[in-house]
Amino acid sequence: MSILDAKIPEGTLEQKWTKFRSSVPLVNPANKRNLEVIVVGSGLAGASAAASLAELGYKVKVFCFQDSPRRAHSIAAQGGINAAKNYQNDGDSVYRLFYDTIKGGDYRSREANVYRLAEVSSGIIDQCVAQGVPFAREYGGMLSNRSFGGTQVQRTFYAAGQTGQQLLLGAYSSLERQIGMGAVKMYARHEMLETVTIDGKCRGIIARDLTTGKLERHFGHAVLLCTGGYGNVFYLSTNAMGSNVTAAWKAHKKGAHFANPCFTQIHPTCIPVSGDHQSKLTLMSESLRNDGRIWVPKKAGDTRKPIDIPEEERDYYLERRYPAFGNLVPRDVASRAAKERCDAGFGVGASKMAVYLDFAFNMDRYGKIEASKKGLENPDAHTIRELGKGVVKEKYGNLFDMYQQITGENPYEMPMRIYPAVHYTMGGLWVDYNLMTTVPGLYALGEANFSDHGANRLGASALMQGLADGYFVIPYTIGSYLSKEISTKSIDTNHEAFTKAEQEVQEKLTKLLAIKGTKSVDYFHKKLGKIIWNECGMSRTEAGLKKSIEDVRALQKEFWSDVIVPGTADEFNPELEKAGRVADFLELGELMCIDALDRNESCGGHFREEFQTEDGEALRDDEKYAYVAAWEFKGQNQFELHKEELKYENIKIAQRSYK
Amino acid sequence: MSGNMNLTLKVWRQKNNNAEGKLVNYQVKDISPDMSFLEMMDVLNEQLIVKGDEPIAFDHDCREGICGMCSLYINGRPHGPKDRVTTCQLHMRSFEDGQTITIEPWRAAPFPIVKDLAVNRSAFDRIIASGGYVSVNTGNAQDANSLPIGKEDADLSFAAAACIGCGACVAACKNASAMLFVSAKVSQLALLPQGQPERYLRVHNMVAKMDEEGFGNCTNTGACEAECPKGISLSNIARMNRDYFVAGFASDN
Amino acid sequence: MGITGLFLISFLMVHCFLNSLIFINDGGETFNLGAEFMAKNWLIRAMEIVLFGGLLWHIIQAAILTRENKKARPVAYAASNPSANSKWYSRSMGLLGTILLIFLIIHLRHFWVVSRFTDEITSGRETLFNEMKEVFSQLWVVILYCLAMVSLGYHLLHGFKSAFQTLGWNHVKYNAIIEKTGVIISIVLPVLFAAMPIAIYMGLIK
Repeated sequence: MSILDAKIPEGTLEQKWTKFRSSVPLVNPANKRNLEVIVVGSGLAGASAAASLAELGYKVKVFCFQDSPRRAHSIAAQGGINAAKNYQNDGDSVYRLFYDTIKGGDYRSREANVYRLAEVSSGIIDQCVAQGVPFAREYGGMLSNRSFGGTQVQRTFYAAGQTGQQLLLGAYSSLERQIGMGAVKMYARHEMLETVTIDGKCRGIIARDLTTGKLERHFGHAVLLCTGGYGNVFYLSTNAMGSNVTAAWKAHKKGAHFANPCFTQIHPTCIPVSGDHQSKLTLMSESLRNDGRIWVPKKAGDTRKPIDIPEEERDYYLERRYPAFGNLVPRDVASRAAKERCDAGFGVGASKMAVYLDFAFNMDRYGKIEASKKGLENPDAHTIRELGKGVVKEKYGNLFDMYQQITGENPYEMPMRIYPAVHYTMGGLWVDYNLMTTVPGLYALGEANFSDHGANRLGASALMQGLADGYFVIPYTIGSYLSKEISTKSIDTNHEAFTKAEQEVQEKLTKLLAIKGTKSVDYFHKKLGKIIWNECGMSRTEAGLKKSIEDVRALQKEFWSDVIVPGTADEFNPELEKAGRVADFLELGELMCIDALDRNESCGGHFREEFQTEDGEALRDDEKYAYVAAWEFKGQNQFELHKEELKYENIKIAQRSYK
Repeated sequence: MSGNMNLTLKVWRQKNNNAEGKLVNYQVKDISPDMSFLEMMDVLNEQLIVKGDEPIAFDHDCREGICGMCSLYINGRPHGPKDRVTTCQLHMRSFEDGQTITIEPWRAAPFPIVKDLAVNRSAFDRIIASGGYVSVNTGNAQDANSLPIGKEDADLSFAAAACIGCGACVAACKNASAMLFVSAKVSQLALLPQGQPERYLRVHNMVAKMDEEGFGNCTNTGACEAECPKGISLSNIARMNRDYFVAGFASDN
Repeated sequence: MGITGLFLISFLMVHCFLNSLIFINDGGETFNLGAEFMAKNWLIRAMEIVLFGGLLWHIIQAAILTRENKKARPVAYAASNPSANSKWYSRSMGLLGTILLIFLIIHLRHFWVVSRFTDEITSGRETLFNEMKEVFSQLWVVILYCLAMVSLGYHLLHGFKSAFQTLGWNHVKYNAIIEKTGVIISIVLPVLFAAMPIAIYMGLIK
């Protein structure tokens, strides 16, 4: 085990980034033209990085597995993006955003990175507005803000329920502009399947053209992985079907440490699983918890319709357990509480794995207000309810429609059924302050790295981080590496390292196709998802994790002897793509359990049943576990732990309480 | 949990863009009405894979109606029989037990078939690359609130920007025209002050690129608007036409 | 198509107004005066050339569009349900236009050729009004004209508002007016035109 150096600049917290920017070595424009950068992934981090680097003059190649860079899953983010603009004059500041993020992450993120994130957040909004991103506005023409979980100020900028889409299309249009000008070469429907290391530095990738199946070699002086999170290890998640860990995992196996893999975020309000056929889960925005009350019947196994269950036989368990925050406790707390009730037999719906999110109470409250606005005297219950429905429709109409479309139930008449689902992964490739992994020249940006959210991410911070990394961090930090590479000539892709890497990829593909077993890739993916969800999901135990490590290893063996992958490697073959991704998930799943087993504490999204307070809350151990767990790949099923100590010099660590 | 619907599917199979394609019949059983259309396709593919047959290739990704990757021309309509939803959000309860469903790819010369139901829509990217942006480098921006934008224009711009680039407009149009897609981007930026400096150059270049890619012409049938899963309005096309005339008559390019 | 279309509509309106003079039922006196004015005014004669140019351009554009649009979808859908998203006549402008073109050739042969290339009318031996009465005494001609006017109605129903859309003359405040005007024009013009042969055939015009 070694101690990792995060290369945090000297100076006070406020000076670190400013000083760094002013003293980082530069590359002159003539040299930039000869330096090639590969960007893998075209989401918020990838598209913004690629566009910004191309604007600076670097030669950039971008790869994405989708048919267009505009499809990256950043597009699905609903709520908004945080920025310390203080436009509402409500006391926001860079420091407050920094503080909220560190605290929200349950004190497991790196101070210097988070402070930098808060510092550049304001510039992101400026940049996006300049690109023509149509944020919501007030009648006076100024930008509108709303509030989100875990904060006391209004700092969230949004574009209806489609903020991620609008931000991504902004970054995508900047990227397309560079493509049009010839500064970026785009490779859509291409999947990175290996990194190429020469003399200890990352020098390129092997990518597969998914349309023709042809393997391609690409050289780069530096490689940026902007490939998102690995939530699909659970099979069911709110991620897109294609979201995967393959690029990050290949990099990990070639020397990049993987940090805090067990830190995953389970979002409390998703539409529950309706059957085995289910392929993905859909999020219902966190904002619904403002007006919905969460409850289950007091009697276990109660099969009555929710509207037939009288008030006194309902258990509003969040309000009961957390009187101060009630239904608005943070995501990790709300998710665990729902699981606790369902496990105890109080769940509702056909699967019994759901709780009610009920708007009736607030519909009546709004209805009464509306009635009095209209001057109606003694309105009957029906009139009140109808008026209230109108108010709710205006606030959440599109979400209610979506719910009805998916479940076939009318949420205006019946409470919604919701259950937690995997949403985001805080863990990822370990990076230093420069966003460089432990492999020189290999960087990780956005959700693919681990750095900013600790053990739990606050709402509306993922978009902020992706764009911060791409627009404002990497253009500076990459200079400190590339300034030393100006004399490195473009390496011929006939170099033996490229040949060897391509061979490895080819062999793996051939092997997958040759097994010709009896079970589909999805069979294994579902099975893996169940293991990880049950043992490394919302709550974890030592015994469960130990068993799941064995189970995953057994599943790996079964996969490599019994999977069936139809078709060939030299054509468009989605099953082959999926097989490769699931093979990597199978290895990552094992590491997640190992990491969760190592961390003998509960913090944020990581809840170990052995470590909780008397009333069932997470119990952190700051003395022993205030570190980043960065795992090094040492060969099949072997991982070595390295630690980065987390030093809190500006914030006093405290216990989170929502009672 | 399985359901009780049995369906006959007629699916377009085509190995690649150069190969001949044809409709092939499949039977699926025990489909739940709670399944999404693509989950029903998953069930069929699972059957095919285990039998050792080749599964049907189709594009999909987010499965929540926002990425624009899913397509499918279902019983003669892009994204199937329901208005304002993408194929991934279409559920089997919108069909009847025993029904025959014909599934075809988007058909347009600029959307060549990749395999089976998957098509190549990179022509859309090239159109955006020809001018669908504001030329502002990272770091150039002024404070976001220094440019007040009236709520009405901001909302209209947002409504145009809601386009997911799925190509249903092209698929629905009898002329395979991409006017709705192009006009959505042109309108989004034409409605904002940030878009003004390049307004006429943009529309000129984007329309030229659209024609070059081989999309058909707009004859205003309105099929695109009716089939658009995001409800992009035809008024965007009118706005683009207006700007295009101005670009032709009054600008230097 | 928009500009030529609107130009042709403006011609139709003038044409319809002049011909409606027969409904005064004065034995064609007023109508013949109008016809004579149209035949002898040099401006109108010049416009006639522009009109033919406009018509030709409308047809050529339509042919080019059709060809390009066919090319944009080389493989047709096996199953198509276009009525779910658009009106049949908006998709059938080419067909409706072709019917109108065939009608137009016959129509021109009936009246324009006689008045322009023979001296029947200029010599005063015959009036255009009498020519009309003669032509419309044949039942097949009346039926043909009526069918053509149905085509014209649908052609205009889409064409009028479509022209405004193509030219970008579109505003939330005025869209309803454009829409309604289009409907009125596409009903009134064909009905008046069709009423002429019917009325003459039935002997209502003396």
